[in-house]
Amino acid sequence: MNLETQSEVPLHELPSLEQLIGMYRTMYLIRRFEERVNELYMEGRIPSTLHLYIGQEAVATGVCANLNQGDYVLSTHRPHGHSLAKGVSPQSIMAELFGKATGCSKGKGGSMHVGDIDLGVLPAIAIVGANVPIASGTALAAKMQKTGGVTVCFFGEGAANEGAWHEGLNIAAIWELPVIFLCENNLYAASTSFSKTFKIQNVAERAGAYGFPGIVVDGNDVLAVYDTAREAVARARNGQGPTLIECMTYRQCGHSRSDPRTYRARDEEDEWKQYDPIPRYRNWLVDQGKAGAAELSHVESDVEQIIQDAIAFAEASPEPTPQDVYLGVFKE
Amino acid sequence: MAQMTIAEALRQAIREEMIRDERVFCVGEDIGIEGGFGGAFTVTLGLSNEFGHDRILDTPISETAIAGVAIGAAVAGMRPIADVQYGDFLFCMMDQLANQAAKLRYMSGGTLSVPMVMRAPVGATARGSQHAQSPEAFFTHIPGLKVVAPATAYDAKGLLKSAVRDDNPVLVFEHKLLYGSKGARSEKGALSPVGDVPDEEYLVPIGEGVVRRPGKDVTIVATLLMLYRALGAAETLSQQGIEAEVIDPRTLVPLDKELILASVRKTGRLVIVEEDNLTNGWGAEIAAIVADDAFVWLDAPIKRVAAPDVPPPFAPPLEREYVPSEQKIVDAVLSIL
Repeated sequence: MNLETQSEVPLHELPSLEQLIGMYRTMYLIRRFEERVNELYMEGRIPSTLHLYIGQEAVATGVCANLNQGDYVLSTHRPHGHSLAKGVSPQSIMAELFGKATGCSKGKGGSMHVGDIDLGVLPAIAIVGANVPIASGTALAAKMQKTGGVTVCFFGEGAANEGAWHEGLNIAAIWELPVIFLCENNLYAASTSFSKTFKIQNVAERAGAYGFPGIVVDGNDVLAVYDTAREAVARARNGQGPTLIECMTYRQCGHSRSDPRTYRARDEEDEWKQYDPIPRYRNWLVDQGKAGAAELSHVESDVEQIIQDAIAFAEASPEPTPQDVYLGVFKE
Repeated sequence: MAQMTIAEALRQAIREEMIRDERVFCVGEDIGIEGGFGGAFTVTLGLSNEFGHDRILDTPISETAIAGVAIGAAVAGMRPIADVQYGDFLFCMMDQLANQAAKLRYMSGGTLSVPMVMRAPVGATARGSQHAQSPEAFFTHIPGLKVVAPATAYDAKGLLKSAVRDDNPVLVFEHKLLYGSKGARSEKGALSPVGDVPDEEYLVPIGEGVVRRPGKDVTIVATLLMLYRALGAAETLSQQGIEAEVIDPRTLVPLDKELILASVRKTGRLVIVEEDNLTNGWGAEIAAIVADDAFVWLDAPIKRVAAPDVPPPFAPPLEREYVPSEQKIVDAVLSIL
C-alpha cells in the first residue's frame, strides 16, 4: 500500500464540501480532545486510565460520516474517537473522564465505557472481541424491525484472535445481517506486533472464510475510509449482509497512558508520523482548493473552544454521590 | 384449567408471549429445525411451524454468539428468549453474561436496558460431568442478572412470562428430570410432574417464593428437583411426628428473604437443599442471611444438603451418591432436632 499520497483509491463519490470540512473538524476534534485529555491526566486532574486514539482519527471519522443517528456503533477500550465521531458531546465524554455525575455514563463507566445510547453508541466494551457478537445482535434487531439501520463494530486487529470475534462474524454471515466489522489494524495488540500473532498478511482475508467481502484500506486516508465504508454501509442497508473493512493505521501513542513503547522502533514511529492523517488531509483540502488555510484555522480555533468548554463543564460538574453507586443495576 | 408438563407450560408461555408482543423471538441451537428436537428437551417443538424461522432462529453451535446476539437485540429493542441445550454450556458464554449482559446497563449510567431471557436445563442425568451441572449459584453472584428456577408447570409458565416482560437479563433454570419431555427426548428416571395451569392469563412475579408444605418443626428450602426430594423427606419425617415446612424460593435473585426468615422465626431450624456443589452455593448465602437476620430465632445450627465438591459423575451408583437424596435430607433434619 502506498501511504504517501492522499486518496490513492479512486473515489466513487466525493463527499459534499460541507461533509469534507466536517470530517476535518471531527478529526481535529478527536486529536485535540485526546491531546488535552492526556495533559489533564499528566496534571493529575482526571482519575481515568487512558487509551488514546491519536493517529487513528481518520478511521472513526471516515466511517461515522456515513451513519445516521439510528445506526449503532460498538466501540472498544480505545473509544473516545468513535463516540466523538458518532456525535456524542465532548462535554459528556469529558465529564465522564473526570468521573462526574454529568458524564455520558454518570460516572459509572469512565474512559473505557463511554457512549450514548440515544445516539446509537453502546457503552464501549473493553473486553477485546466481546462487542462483535453483540454487534450482530443490534444488526439482527434492525433487520427484524426493518428499520434500515446498520451497525458498525470497531475493533483492533488483536480482537480477530478472540473466539467471540469468529462466532460473531459467522452468525452475521449466515443471517446476512446489516453490520460492518471495522478492524483498526494499528499493528500492535498492546505490545505484541501483528506479525507475531497472525500467519496471514491481513485480517481482511478472514472475511472470505465466512463468505463475505473483506477489504483492506489505508486507514490514515480519511477519504479512502469514507468511500470504503460508504459502499459497505450501502450493502448492509440493501440487505446484502456484512463487510469486513481493515483500516491500516498506527497508534501514535502507547497502548495506555503508562506505556513507554520500548517494543517498537522510533524509526518506525517517525515513518508513520509522515502519514499522520490530519496534516495529510489538511494539505489535500488546501491543495485541492476545497478550503482555505484561514477557514481551516477557524475550524481549529472553534474546536479548541469546544474542548475548553468541555473541560470547564467537566470541572464545574458535581461528582456522583456515594448513594449513586446503588443506582442503575436493574431497571425497575 | 389444563393439566400439563413443564415443557408444555414453557412452550405455552413462549407461544403466548410471541403472540402478545412481536418483539419476542427465540434463538438457540436445534430449536426450530424441521424434524429436529424443538430444543434439547422439546420446549420449542412446533413453534417454528407457527411463527416461522424469522422468529425461531436456529444458530450454529456458537454459545457466545447466542448470548451476544440476544444482548445486542435486547439493547436494540427486541425481547429475545435465548437458550442453551445444557446449563453447563453457559460457561462458554460466561463473558457475555457476566461482563456484558449484567454490566451494560450500569456502565451506561442506567440509560439502556437488556431485556433478555436465557433458558438453561440443569441437573445430573447419567450424562457425566459436562451435561449435568446445576450452575445457578455462579449467576446469583453477578449483580445485574436475575435468576429463576421454576419447579412446577404453573410456575414455569408464569415465571417465564414474567422473565420475558422483565426489562433485565433473566436466567431461567429448568430441570431435565422435571420437563416431562416426550418421545425420543424423554428422560430415564424423570419425575415429570404434571400440574394445573389456568386457561386465563397469569404471571408469577419474579422474587416471590412459596410455601409448598406448611410445618412447625423445621424449615427446608429447596428448588427444582430438590424440592420434590424435600417434599418426600417431609412426608417421611411426618410419619415420625416431625412437621417440616418446605419452601420453594422459585427465584434466587432477587431472593424472597422475608418468606424464609418468617418461616425460620416460626420453626427455629433450617435445612437448605441444593443440587449444586456445596461450597459457595446459593445455600451458603441463605445460611448467611438467616444467621444475620434471624440468629436469635435459631434453635440449632443451619444445615446444608448439597452435592459434594466433585464434578458430576456418570455411573448410576456414583450419581446417586452425588445428587442429594431424600434420606440425606431426612438425616440432616434429624441431626438438628
